[in-house]
Amino acid sequence: MIANYSFVAVALLIGISFAIILLKRNMIKMIMGLGILEGAVNLFLVSLGYRENGIAPIFTSAPADMTMVMPTVQALTLTNIVIGVATTALMLVFVMFIHKKYGTINANEIRRLRE
Amino acid sequence: MNAELFFTNLPALLIAMPLFGAFLTPIFGRFLPKIRDAWVILISFATSVVAQLLAAQVYINGYVMYVFGAAPGTSAIPIDSGGIPLRILFNIDAFGAFMLVSTAIVSFAVILHLTISQQKRSSLSEFYALYLLLVAGIFGMVSTGDMFNFFVFLEINSISASALIAYHRNGALAAEGALKYLIVNTVGGLMILFAIGLLYSQYNSLNMAIISQNISLTTLNLLTLVLFIAGLATKAGIVPFHLTTPDAYSVAPSGVTTLMIVASQAGLYGMFRILFSVYGGVFTSVIVGWIVIILGVLSMFIGVTMAIPQKDIKRLLSYHAISQTGYMLLGVGVALAVLGDVTLIDSFGNMAMKGGLFHIINHAMYKGLLFLTVGAVIYRTGVWDLNKMGGLGHKMKWTMIFFLIGALAIAGIPPFNGFASKLMIYESTFAFNPIIAIIAMVVSILTLASFMKVFHSVFMGPELLEYASVREVPRRMLASMAILAMFVIAFGFVPDLVVDMLITPVAESLFNQGQYIHSILGGGL
Repeated sequence: MIANYSFVAVALLIGISFAIILLKRNMIKMIMGLGILEGAVNLFLVSLGYRENGIAPIFTSAPADMTMVMPTVQALTLTNIVIGVATTALMLVFVMFIHKKYGTINANEIRRLRE
Repeated sequence: MNAELFFTNLPALLIAMPLFGAFLTPIFGRFLPKIRDAWVILISFATSVVAQLLAAQVYINGYVMYVFGAAPGTSAIPIDSGGIPLRILFNIDAFGAFMLVSTAIVSFAVILHLTISQQKRSSLSEFYALYLLLVAGIFGMVSTGDMFNFFVFLEINSISASALIAYHRNGALAAEGALKYLIVNTVGGLMILFAIGLLYSQYNSLNMAIISQNISLTTLNLLTLVLFIAGLATKAGIVPFHLTTPDAYSVAPSGVTTLMIVASQAGLYGMFRILFSVYGGVFTSVIVGWIVIILGVLSMFIGVTMAIPQKDIKRLLSYHAISQTGYMLLGVGVALAVLGDVTLIDSFGNMAMKGGLFHIINHAMYKGLLFLTVGAVIYRTGVWDLNKMGGLGHKMKWTMIFFLIGALAIAGIPPFNGFASKLMIYESTFAFNPIIAIIAMVVSILTLASFMKVFHSVFMGPELLEYASVREVPRRMLASMAILAMFVIAFGFVPDLVVDMLITPVAESLFNQGQYIHSILGGGL
């Protein structure tokens, strides 16, 4: 069952990303960890839609006896990629401001909001 | 004909209108800067009116089901789809309508406030565009009948909220708060998406009604529920996921914080929707209810104890927001614990549910009012620190009165609205478990103590020399506070009427899972 290996990869990637987000103090690395988490969720969604010998659901000139794949999860993944780009860009902008003001991107050194 | 077209397409307008407004605002700002503020207020007012009309429609008809991209009245399920709804649906039941009402009122009050308080800041057009985007995100979250749509609107909500927090930054504090908020909310959002994927893999549908029709209590579905609750609790700022909430709330402009209260309540909406409408029927034990109650009690207690020592006035209010969210969880959690036991629901579960739901709209009103008054004080003085304020009551009489109304309401003093909902929660919780009711009352007393301290140090005392030039805020800002104060007082004076008209249909629609399923699968409008 080759198809199931991707779920193992999803579990590994989620583990790695949570380790990065929780343990790393460099904010850029934390954002990279979020990117990995997002990739893991995307991989999970795409793997759900995989069917053996399935073809893309394009009706024109499709052979009559073929299994077509429901394209919902692909649509979800695409949407999530777009959302992910927006969030990542916004987070990097915030890190830029913080670096400009404090001169550091280490999360331990900037905690001005703690009382 | 045209009026009918308008009324049948209200759910589409609900999202289209703020997005259209957001698109045009920078164009107005570029070419006709003089009327830009008027345009933003107008579009915000129009959106609020659409939301209220839609809510009225829902309260009259029971529900509104809207299928995007199809003629009105089309069934949600295409004939050739094999019983699976494929189209994008908006399904607004009484709970959604109830959230629409509170969002519409608060968002309009907020824009009146923001157009004054941010007046002198730069690049306002994009700021207002983001505000409208956030409103669209909240409206979308509370009206959709589709899991994935819910996730998309949740992300719109998080992104625009964090952009608004850091938009007018003072130093890098705002960027820091916004970054924390966005990181935590993105992790929460991805957990929700993962949970949605798990449900989709089992039931081949993203539609909430289909999922709730087929759901059973397997281990995998319990994991899904945990992911959902964790993700949505992050959005709603519930202990133990509350750590970034005060950071983000305290650095945002006060008007934005007020809107974020409603935005976080949309997360709470999602949580109750998942618990009751999607899972609802499959809970056989009281454990899930107890988990919600414990989260509520923890939020209540930790929120208020963290609030008391704060010196930054907005940080203090933010911790109180966490504490008040606990009351809502407590009321609804008690109802969830007795779900399925008809006699217990009749004796106190129903009242607990109503109390918890009533507290949602009450909290939006009085906490919004408090944040707006504090925003007014900061607008005139430019000071956040409680120790540096004092004697402002001499100069800002109206602001002081509005603050007092909000403070008495949050502490649960009659005749304001906080008392009405808290009393319902105390009574029903006492019947369920007296110890929890006592904790809730103690928290309320601590809240009162904390607000008396704030009131005293901001408004009372002799006039201070450094605030000699402080004046009352402009009329438009007073109007924004007056709108919310009016609802705080009105809900407090006629709580029975409000509960009967607004809250009872919501409680019924949450208890009645079959009705929710029927509203989507049983045909069009």
